[in-house]
Amino acid sequence: MTDRAPQASADNLLPSGDPVAPPKLKVDKPRNQWLDVWDQFKTHKGAVFGLVFLTFITLFVTVGPLIWDVDPGKLDIRNKDVRPIYMGLFDSSAKVSWGNPMGTDNLGRDIMANIMQGGRISLAVGWTAMVLALLLGTTIGVLAGYFRRLDGLLMRFTDLVLALPLLPLLLVMMLLFRDPLRAAFGPENGIFILIVTGIGITSWMQTARIVRGDVIALKEREFVLAARSIGTPARRMITRHLLPNVLSPIMVSATLGLATAIITESALSFLGLGFPSDFPTWGKILFDSVDRMTAFPERVIWPGLAISLTVLSVNYIGDGLRDALDPRIRGL
Amino acid sequence: MSPIGIASAITAKQETPVPGIAPGRALFNRKAINQGVAMLTYTLRRLLVSIPTLLFIAFVIFMLLELAPGDPMASMPLTIPPDVRQQMREALGLGEPWYIRFPLWLNQFFIVEPQYWIDNAFGTNFADGAQRIISFQSRSPVFDTIAERLPQTLWVVGMSYVVGVLIALPIGIISAYRQYSVFDQAGTFISMIGFSVPPFFSGVLLIVIFSVQLKWLPSIYDTTHVVEDWASFKIQLQQMVMPVMVLALQTTAQVSRYMRASMLDNLGQDYVRTARAKGMSESVVVLKHVLRNSMIPVVTVIALGIPSIFGGAIITEQIFKVNGLGQLLIIALQGSDIPMVMTITFLLAILIVLMNLIADILYGILDPRIRYD
Repeated sequence: MTDRAPQASADNLLPSGDPVAPPKLKVDKPRNQWLDVWDQFKTHKGAVFGLVFLTFITLFVTVGPLIWDVDPGKLDIRNKDVRPIYMGLFDSSAKVSWGNPMGTDNLGRDIMANIMQGGRISLAVGWTAMVLALLLGTTIGVLAGYFRRLDGLLMRFTDLVLALPLLPLLLVMMLLFRDPLRAAFGPENGIFILIVTGIGITSWMQTARIVRGDVIALKEREFVLAARSIGTPARRMITRHLLPNVLSPIMVSATLGLATAIITESALSFLGLGFPSDFPTWGKILFDSVDRMTAFPERVIWPGLAISLTVLSVNYIGDGLRDALDPRIRGL
Repeated sequence: MSPIGIASAITAKQETPVPGIAPGRALFNRKAINQGVAMLTYTLRRLLVSIPTLLFIAFVIFMLLELAPGDPMASMPLTIPPDVRQQMREALGLGEPWYIRFPLWLNQFFIVEPQYWIDNAFGTNFADGAQRIISFQSRSPVFDTIAERLPQTLWVVGMSYVVGVLIALPIGIISAYRQYSVFDQAGTFISMIGFSVPPFFSGVLLIVIFSVQLKWLPSIYDTTHVVEDWASFKIQLQQMVMPVMVLALQTTAQVSRYMRASMLDNLGQDYVRTARAKGMSESVVVLKHVLRNSMIPVVTVIALGIPSIFGGAIITEQIFKVNGLGQLLIIALQGSDIPMVMTITFLLAILIVLMNLIADILYGILDPRIRYD
């Protein structure tokens, strides 16, 4: 951090304590501002819950398959339609097995292994699409905010994209480019690239608007004037002075982007336009189980809960981050 | 802005007559007229600007669909000889290059279709048998199919939006007024859930609970059902509850969050303290002064949310098997029925542009501090 807003640096120097106590003469060593942010973040209960759950679900889908090494695609027709283990408590005649604690589907595939595999894909799509959208949004926002010549053009373009009906267009894109990309990159990678790009290029607009607004406000500040007066070139101006200062809104919109990306991917899979059925994602498992949800409601509920809780925790993290990064609220 | 202008703006906002403002009354009126004229020119300018925007959007959608690999002739029998097949393609209008078909489509959408609409409404004959936009799948005019499907979507979507907003406003107001209370925390939590739980899970969950386990409500929306007496009305109500609630949860989440934030912004303002100091009752302070000012951004959010709820209805209609516009779009997409997809998508785009315009104008009407010069 080269230059922060003045109130933030004042916060760094003076430990926020009892305002009535006489000011200490010895000034403590300046604290890292991210420690302050973390201290504030910790006070937000929902955000801490979100972080814990997101870590848990990430470990569950990444480390989980190493421990629970059942092949998610393995068919075991004799063990089909096994109910989850807790069903044995209510109904002694239910078909349960410790070998499949969450049960199996109508082809005997283990549901827990499928949820792990599906979560890997869903989270990977979410993170990659979010990063892509952020890169696009930040680039366009900074360019529009910093270079006045580009501003009108880029923002008009942003408005145009915002006026497009995005979900129908995303569906059209899925149908159009599915086969060529599949042929070029293989079935799984092709669809992955398609979905990530589709979500990325339809969700950068809000970030661009926020970043542009912040950059325009920052350009009027003294430190930018000072940097310009010593002849800082535009490139370094952006990377050293502007980008670090718009980091907080970018981080907040990152959490929002991750949440929407996960939901959009599941929605596409749910409409039957996402990954092919050999590659489970949470939305796909949910979609495949809807037909038999009368007999096996748990098959709908597991993936649905996974999506909802992940998105809920990401949204809470975003909330906590917004509070923690706002120096006006910090320390209250 | 002149000092009197500021004073009159404040008077207009607080609705309390300030003594000594009477000589400025006429001035205020002239200002109001000026403001009206400015707003009219602003509206006209925005309408003019939205025409190229819509043309551009139509072009983007058209070119995207132009790349479509799906062949509308794919479902025809293979025994048709190639030359007949070519003739059939040309009959569908596929023989010409895009720079001829795009203006033709624009002509059909903006001129021919409204002419047919006027002819139907007033019995005139403007259209004179001109070619309408024809669906590849059903071979009937696209707008006839849309007109058949629209009522179902409007019923479910419109009702859910109204219900959602009606629930959201009181939640937002009470949450802000009793900030950090149990009610506020519960309301914030519910709105967080509404944000996070996707409709395809909340809908399915409702079906599992209320249709499968409790057997209270039907899981499929029957659009052929006719309401004629009390019993059939009750059935209609029962089948509408779940889709409406699923869509309303999303609206409620969004609107109540905005309402709460906007109320909190205004509750801390000086004019609230002034109103309380004057001895006004708490209900007048909150429901008249604060609420009216807080509604300004919320109304625009409500207007801007209408297109997105139509998009969200695509998924909800799929879950509850409502044969509305969303389902029509999905079927058309799968059958590569390009005119249908094009028309529905473009209608949604028109809705978005229109609602943006309405939101901006409403903002100006509701907030006299906004100037259009």
